Amino acid sequence: MTGMHIGLEHYLFVSAALFCLGLLGVVLRRNLLVLYMGLELMLNASNLALVAFSRFLNHLNGQVMVFFIITVAAAEVAVGLALIVALYRKRQTAHVEDLASLKL
Amino acid sequence: MTDLLFVLFSALALLCGFLTVANPFTRSPVASALFLVLTMVWLAGLFVLLHAFFIAAVQILVYAGAVMVLFLFVIMLLDLREEERRRWNRFGVAAGLISVLGLLGITAVTLLRATPDGTGDAQLEGATHALGLMLFRQYLLPFEIVSVLLLVAMLGVILLSKRELK
Repeated sequence: MTGMHIGLEHYLFVSAALFCLGLLGVVLRRNLLVLYMGLELMLNASNLALVAFSRFLNHLNGQVMVFFIITVAAAEVAVGLALIVALYRKRQTAHVEDLASLKL
Repeated sequence: MTDLLFVLFSALALLCGFLTVANPFTRSPVASALFLVLTMVWLAGLFVLLHAFFIAAVQILVYAGAVMVLFLFVIMLLDLREEERRRWNRFGVAAGLISVLGLLGITAVTLLRATPDGTGDAQLEGATHALGLMLFRQYLLPFEIVSVLLLVAMLGVILLSKRELK
């Protein structure tokens, strides 16, 4: 176990990789709900980075920030899903390609 | 031991995250949601390794519990069929892959070049008591604002979910 010491940079690598995975989901998937899950993945990746910073810089501010991010994300998910349901009722679809009425 | 657990948790989190966004076997949103729950559980494990016990508990309760149940409810409410592979826009896929890989490369290079100044050994212990004091003293105003935000979100959802949306 002495050969490899897990430091801040390892956690930041994991966080960056998770963030990119979430972004990949947002860019590639066409289902509104799965796209939304990609957003949640990105938020979680940033939470991981904040908690790691909080631990290694010896300050609790990062954890307080994560607490607020989780709360706001919960509110955001509730509103976003209500919007998706309202949209589905009106248009009978949850695919981004079918929602092109604002396209020129 | 903790190093081994770090490798295990991060590998599982990355694997489940990948299966959330790009599952090669199915494109069902239910599978994505369940893999996202798993990702959040492994992330909670990483939070425990970082001695952020309160955040780990909140992650399990709020994210893996409440938020994902909401997702699954909506998926079942909408009765979504599998996302069919149609009109794969090759240009769009290529552009997306290139931009995401570029972002990953930029962050990786930045992290490799960063000098670890002032980030020595892990020091902070999981201080739920100190976290609570900080939340209710230094961050009292943001805390209250967030509670109002939750109220606004709740009212907005009720308004949006009403049958006739004027």
